[in-house]
Amino acid sequence: MTALPKLIFDLSREGKLGCGLKGADVPAKPVIAASCRRDGIADFPEVSEVEIVRHYMALARLNYSVDAGFYPLGSCTMKYNPKINEKLAAADEFQAHPYAPHDLVQGNLEIMARLEEWLIALTGMAGFTLAPAAGAHGEFTGMLIIRKYLQEKGDARKVVLIPDSAHGTNPASAHFAGYEVREIPSNARGIIGIEELRAHLTPDVAALMMTNPNTLGIFESNIISIAEALHANGSLLYMDGANLNALLGIVRPGDLGVDVMHINLHKTFATPHGGGGPGSGPVGVAARLLPFLPVPRVRKNKDRYEVEYDDPHSIGRVKNFYGQFLVMIRALAYLLALGRENVRRVAEDAVLNANYIRKKLEGKLDLPYATPTLHEVVFSDQGLPVKTLDIAKRLLDYGFHPFTIYFPLIVHGAMMIEPTETESKETLDEFITVMDTILGEARENPDLLRQAPTQTPVRRLDETLAARKPVLKWSRGENR
Amino acid sequence: MRYLPLTDVERGEIKKTIGISDIKELFSCIPEGECYPSLAGIPSALSEPELIATFRELGRKNRFADHLSFMGAGACSHFIPEAVSYLSGKGEFLTPYTPYQPEVSQGSLQAIFEYQTMMTMLTGLDVANASLYDGATAAAEAVLLAVRRSGRSRVLLAANLHPEYAAVIRTYVQNLPIELLTVASNETSGRVDDLDLRARLDEATAAVVFQSPNFLGVVEDGRAIAAAAHERKAYAVQVVAEAMSLAYLTPPGECGADIAAGEAQSFGLSLGFGGPYLGFMAAREEFLRQMPGRLVGQTVDLDGKRGYVLTLSTREQHIKREKATSNICSNEAWCAMRAGMYLAVMGKTGLARAAETCHLNAAYFAAAAAELKPVAVVYPANFYNEVLIEVTKGPAADFHAALKKKGILAGVPLSWFDVKQKNRLLLAFSEVHDRQAIDRLLAAMGECA
Repeated sequence: MTALPKLIFDLSREGKLGCGLKGADVPAKPVIAASCRRDGIADFPEVSEVEIVRHYMALARLNYSVDAGFYPLGSCTMKYNPKINEKLAAADEFQAHPYAPHDLVQGNLEIMARLEEWLIALTGMAGFTLAPAAGAHGEFTGMLIIRKYLQEKGDARKVVLIPDSAHGTNPASAHFAGYEVREIPSNARGIIGIEELRAHLTPDVAALMMTNPNTLGIFESNIISIAEALHANGSLLYMDGANLNALLGIVRPGDLGVDVMHINLHKTFATPHGGGGPGSGPVGVAARLLPFLPVPRVRKNKDRYEVEYDDPHSIGRVKNFYGQFLVMIRALAYLLALGRENVRRVAEDAVLNANYIRKKLEGKLDLPYATPTLHEVVFSDQGLPVKTLDIAKRLLDYGFHPFTIYFPLIVHGAMMIEPTETESKETLDEFITVMDTILGEARENPDLLRQAPTQTPVRRLDETLAARKPVLKWSRGENR
Repeated sequence: MRYLPLTDVERGEIKKTIGISDIKELFSCIPEGECYPSLAGIPSALSEPELIATFRELGRKNRFADHLSFMGAGACSHFIPEAVSYLSGKGEFLTPYTPYQPEVSQGSLQAIFEYQTMMTMLTGLDVANASLYDGATAAAEAVLLAVRRSGRSRVLLAANLHPEYAAVIRTYVQNLPIELLTVASNETSGRVDDLDLRARLDEATAAVVFQSPNFLGVVEDGRAIAAAAHERKAYAVQVVAEAMSLAYLTPPGECGADIAAGEAQSFGLSLGFGGPYLGFMAAREEFLRQMPGRLVGQTVDLDGKRGYVLTLSTREQHIKREKATSNICSNEAWCAMRAGMYLAVMGKTGLARAAETCHLNAAYFAAAAAELKPVAVVYPANFYNEVLIEVTKGPAADFHAALKKKGILAGVPLSWFDVKQKNRLLLAFSEVHDRQAIDRLLAAMGECA
């Protein structure tokens, strides 16, 4: 095992320089009082450029990434991130100041307008805001839109229904939008049954938040009757589009009665996750909800793109400036590269790959729901001599990133596998072979799995210690 | 298609394995009438050269780059050392997910731990989180944090908070039992009006939220505001829209702020037409278990070796669901790592030099502008890198447009945010400017009399 890199602070030596900036060339003195100025930054790093480059290169080597290999993290859609998109997003000609006059940024505004057109075409929604910064931010925005719409109708309502298989962001987003969350159980098939819905559909229900396909990878096949039941009750249908990858070119949520939905550009549209962001979470709405979208909105007026800042019904602003613009560039580039010839193939291949893994591992791992699945499959550790965590950690020893573990919460010991469409059959076969090997080890030498990983830069980390005695920063003389 | 590795032969093999003959069988769960909609309206696929050409054409429709820019107001151009772009562009940093498997994520985790440390040094506060979306949402999260921690429900917002930050805060709290009140600005000083602040503070006040340097460019008297807030056992929340100021001015923690939140785009992120940027939050220790967002903490592995993990996750949505401290999941991790790289490369000396240059360039401009006929400097003393000027004749928007014709983007007219502010223009200066650039601005302004 390699030694871990020192912290940047421990590399610091007085007098070293990492950058070649000169000082000011203007004949001026500070105008702000000395009492308002700081006297240096104690312990701030002083490291040379070459040492910094080596420091971060050493850190880079400790990371697993999509560029390095298979990353079947369920519900995260870890597809390949095309390299040309990085170059386009970094190009100087797009790095405008967000307040640059609109006549000087027509290209940027066109990028936003064209991305919105693509999202409309793929989802069947009437219009989108591109402002939300991430999926959860999109959920929150969507909930605010629903609330404002109902408020203006004079019936704000109190409750949002959320299935027990949902991501934790759903209840959190609904809560911060002022709603009370009511959980509804999934049925034996792993989906929302129309009877379960009706049992919870009281007059104070504002909306149902439905992830479709849901976190078990199952399409909510009652969606049309669910939408009808909601609408008859004066409630709305929110769709969490985290798993939209499975539906591209296959079905449009807007055609199924969805009123509001968000999309994760960093999942479905191949923009890199960056180790936890930035994302981008555009929100699409049905026509009657268009006036409530957040500002600003880009609109085309004859040959020119303009920006609308005021809308009397809008929920307001959810973020400064226009949103995650450089993520939008990457998403548009990805879609333009796919075109109508390939956009459907993305979903088809993603579903093919997931079903291939399902077929190959079915019978070896417990499959809690037999219902057909789309882009991902959820197994459990039931009947195994080891836990899901042990299998996940052993996968690390074989050079694979594990699947999502212990989610969704309705499956005890869940293993949620989403291969995506950007993996070759060869990679899937290697993964399946390794899973077979690990399951063999689990029977013969379960301790091997409980001790795993041993081939990684560090072994299992003490998370309890981290939480009980939090050390969240370097301090001189500590952090050894 | 270059992003799809399956061949038709392999697709056939997979179909055979899973026991279907037609791919459509996989989608039989979808209501039939709605399945496989027409894609006729969607454009045809582009080759990589066509894609490049398309974006070059879009780029050509942007004309801003021909201009000398002094735009700020929450986003500011700063020099980015090449090592920062090189390192942050590595696929190892760009293409992992959130570090849920710490054994293979020590690179991201340590980089963010270093970033957190540097943010505590810059803010003078005890703990910093791993990022929030941007300055405006960080300010909104700070409001929620102060309310949560204090158990009080009233929050005072300084009038000179960035108008978009104030707007986002209003959006965030619109359905929550939180009351927002505005504290007036003193017209003479451009700062929070002390009398108005004291009049509005009471035992229901959770926090005073003020920006420094504020939206008029003025550095607030943070000590006085914090002292007034603390007298009523309310928290002082300092919002910072220009993070470079943290390297030059007395840090928020030293002034008595309990929470600092804001925008760190200045730390190595390109202007990018407004995003992705980097929301930051730092606070006193007492807020730790109530903070929003990810936190990276140090621990040890089974062999006692130092390592890092995401920690205190019982605050978060995936554990606590609707009882979480925030709904945030994906944040701006890559931007935080990049900011850490930027701060490391700039280092103690470079950062101080850049931060000082921003102020001296602004000071040089303000002194020279004071001699110009067509304009007056509104607050000639307590600014950092932004200078508010008043155009003596006619609306600032016209003056701005006249300078634009000369190839200069002379800041932002405040009328874009508040129609009553007709004659004022806010200009930003940084280390990307030199004397020649500022002289060109001054000469052009003189000609616009």
